[in-house]
Amino acid sequence: MSEKLYNNLLFQSIFLMLFLILVGLLIPNWLVFVITKAIAYGLVGLGIITLMRGGLVSFGQGFVFGIGGYTAGLLGTQAGLTDAMLLLFVSFLFTGLVGLIIAPLLARYRDIFFAMLSLAFSMVLYGILIKIDAIGGSDGFVLPESTYFGIKPSSEYADYLLYVVAIIMTGFISILLRYYYDSTPGLIALAVRENELRVEYLGSSAFNVAVLNFTIAAGLGGMGGALNGIALGHIDPEFTYWTTSGEFVFISILAGYLSVPAVFLAALLLELVRSFSGRYFPDTWQLILGLFLILSIIFIPSGIGSFFKQFFDRLKKSNK
Amino acid sequence: MVDEILTIVLDGAIYASWLFIVALGLTFVFGVLKILNIAHGGIYALGAYSTATLVPIFYSLGMPEQLVILAMLISALAVAIVITPIMERGILRRFYGQDEVLIVLVTYAIYLVLEDVQKLIWGMNSLYVSEPRELLGALEFGSLYYVGYDLALIGLAIFCGLFLWFVLNKTQSGKIVLAVIHNPEISGCMGVNINKVYLAAFFIGAFLAALAGSFTAPLISVQVGISVAVVIESFAVVIIGGLGSIPGAVIGALIIGMARAACVHKLPEAEIFIMYFCMAGMLIFKPKGLFQGAQARKI
Repeated sequence: MSEKLYNNLLFQSIFLMLFLILVGLLIPNWLVFVITKAIAYGLVGLGIITLMRGGLVSFGQGFVFGIGGYTAGLLGTQAGLTDAMLLLFVSFLFTGLVGLIIAPLLARYRDIFFAMLSLAFSMVLYGILIKIDAIGGSDGFVLPESTYFGIKPSSEYADYLLYVVAIIMTGFISILLRYYYDSTPGLIALAVRENELRVEYLGSSAFNVAVLNFTIAAGLGGMGGALNGIALGHIDPEFTYWTTSGEFVFISILAGYLSVPAVFLAALLLELVRSFSGRYFPDTWQLILGLFLILSIIFIPSGIGSFFKQFFDRLKKSNK
Repeated sequence: MVDEILTIVLDGAIYASWLFIVALGLTFVFGVLKILNIAHGGIYALGAYSTATLVPIFYSLGMPEQLVILAMLISALAVAIVITPIMERGILRRFYGQDEVLIVLVTYAIYLVLEDVQKLIWGMNSLYVSEPRELLGALEFGSLYYVGYDLALIGLAIFCGLFLWFVLNKTQSGKIVLAVIHNPEISGCMGVNINKVYLAAFFIGAFLAALAGSFTAPLISVQVGISVAVVIESFAVVIIGGLGSIPGAVIGALIIGMARAACVHKLPEAEIFIMYFCMAGMLIFKPKGLFQGAQARKI
């Protein structure tokens, strides 16, 4: 893509972020909360699509989601660190580091084996977490209220402030990711997806691509976990359970790997379906969620992102 | 000491045989259809629920006690007959040939649906059917007492495994299934009706899941959430043994069954994650499982 297009991207993204921050003032508090949670889930989904670009799908992102959540939680309760922005950033770095350590192990596997090994990691973590009573065991623990640059907001603004922080941080991360996707290593990932062996013959390492992508996915997942924990004010081992991981995979499949904003749209859709069916059909929300998953996979198999791409391609053509 | 070892071995064998019946269906479905079916756990739960419903009806009709096994078989069969056309014909068929992970996600969605279907049909209350468990009395091993029914589960598991192995390797229809496993396209060209094979294979898988549920129902309280643990446990077994391999499922079930029984008696803290640990360890050292042959790579 040309430089002009990237200037446009930066401009549009900042405009969108400002717009969302303003919209947050107008919409009711529960919706602000739902969007914040959607951003948290979207961040993890973004990690999975980063992997998906290289042909891998992790069925155990609950692993990094949980690590991020517990990092933020333990820093809050044990070290007294309550600044939301700092917590998110530290969780991002720490979980990314954990990702970098286990990535070489995972990067040797493909397809269903990659999915299953990542699932195994998340379930081992789950098994350990529910046994450690010092951090609440299966009940988890409550996070201290977060602060913003040293100020503790009153409860009516706390949700909104977290929302603003989430939008700003996620916005810039999304822009950086777009640059990464279109950079050389990012494009090699797409080639690996098409045919790994040929990429190796041409002199690039599919292994390195997988390690890099998994590390990025881990960092994003950790930040998502921290954000989700801070938003809920509570953390428990359910973060790492396989059903949670399944939701992340769903978000990324619904979004497709072509577009970054589509991931957040997919996450928002999932959150909305979940909160509405949880509210109006409390006994059958899983049924509705399941049917929603099946129908969306049948009718939009290549994801919402493919609509976005078609739309922009058409726009470009008409400009010419 | 001897008693302790015997307890661990017997407990492990009972647990392993239960696991094996569930995992056998899972691994067979994966072998033929290349689908890792998360909803397998849901079918298992349906089997348990249908037994919990049918057995009391059976007793109220005044049937002879010994025939209760028949009622359990019928309930498992009923679940498989209802669920197979809906899942295989209705939903999964649309996704054949697509990405394996996408299909896993579809079965995850079906699993979610089945969870609530159980709640809608049977409500939130626990059901109990302990009567069949008393049928076979108790057996004595030195100073240990074991319920005969539990030990009979081992026999059932061995029977299921041998039967499936025999059908696959020694009968004509079984060989056709093996051919489809090996290469669906060529088998199709040779005149095999692949859709029919897929349907039959899925039916057998679903029946085995429901059967495990039916025969577990007398041991547990049948309630919401019994399927969630089964999914990962049976996954662990087939991963350890190698996806699609029947001998692998035997070994996988034995490893996990024994490891778990040993943990229950010796190291109860580790009981929950020992199987995930086995699964992760196996994947790290032998990612394709114990019984997975070499595969050609396409360039």
